[in-house]
Amino acid sequence: MNTVLICLILGSLLGYIIREKKNFLKHLDKITFFSVLALLFLLGFSVGKDPVIIRNLHNLGLQALILSVAAILGSAIVSFIVYKLFFKDIKADEK
Amino acid sequence: MKSSIIIVIFFALGIFLGYFIDESIIFVSDDLSTYALHFLLFLIGISIGCDLKVFRIIKKLHVKILFVPLAVIVGTLLGVAAVSVLFEDITLNECLAIGSGFGYYSLSSIYITKISGEVLGVIALLSNIIREIITLVASPVLVKYFGKLAPIASGGATSMDTTLPIITRYSGKEFAVISVFSGTVLTIIVPFMVTMFL
Repeated sequence: MNTVLICLILGSLLGYIIREKKNFLKHLDKITFFSVLALLFLLGFSVGKDPVIIRNLHNLGLQALILSVAAILGSAIVSFIVYKLFFKDIKADEK
Repeated sequence: MKSSIIIVIFFALGIFLGYFIDESIIFVSDDLSTYALHFLLFLIGISIGCDLKVFRIIKKLHVKILFVPLAVIVGTLLGVAAVSVLFEDITLNECLAIGSGFGYYSLSSIYITKISGEVLGVIALLSNIIREIITLVASPVLVKYFGKLAPIASGGATSMDTTLPIITRYSGKEFAVISVFSGTVLTIIVPFMVTMFL
């Protein structure tokens, strides 16, 4: 968790220093997206090479899926209420 | 939507290669995904740092920001409690414990395996991995129907790291700080909540 904070803080400092360099910042979204792809590929890879997960995937997977969908819908609905009550005034910056 | 499909394809490709490729041929270290994650966090830091608006938002929000992790806890527990009636072999408390992983699959499944055995541990592991994957894939849909906090809520404890890039992408960087805050609070309480229910 400390590493997470350190990465964010170092990034923020660099971002603050180079905030005028619009050319570089234009490519930031693209680099971020490719990094997400790499991360998901690696996550898939570690799931694929774990025989315990693969063997149990179909048996326990359905129960797990039902639980995750319920957890996501429940939290999404409650967060929607919180969003409407407190966070609606935060505007996304349109590009 | 197009980017979500690309993400799913890459994930599937990863599973496929992970399953079929002999590790003696190509060795992919687990550390690699940690490095990729840290690199991503660094990139997110840059986007936060070059836009000072984010810091004005966290000042303006103060107490309100606490409602986000609270909504995730209440919503998650209500959701899993509602579907617990569907299972004959998983009790309500076990469902609540699995839900309390909030996507933090490594830690929560270890606790659950130790206390309740391997079967429940595997369900907890899968369920929390799926929570993370659904968040990564369905964030644009969640934003559309449940507002910009929904991917943060869906991501649970992962909204501070693994799902943060995708949340920032679809909710906007104004929500990145809220996302890190909510994910941090949830990550800290996971071990307490999981053991509380078992």
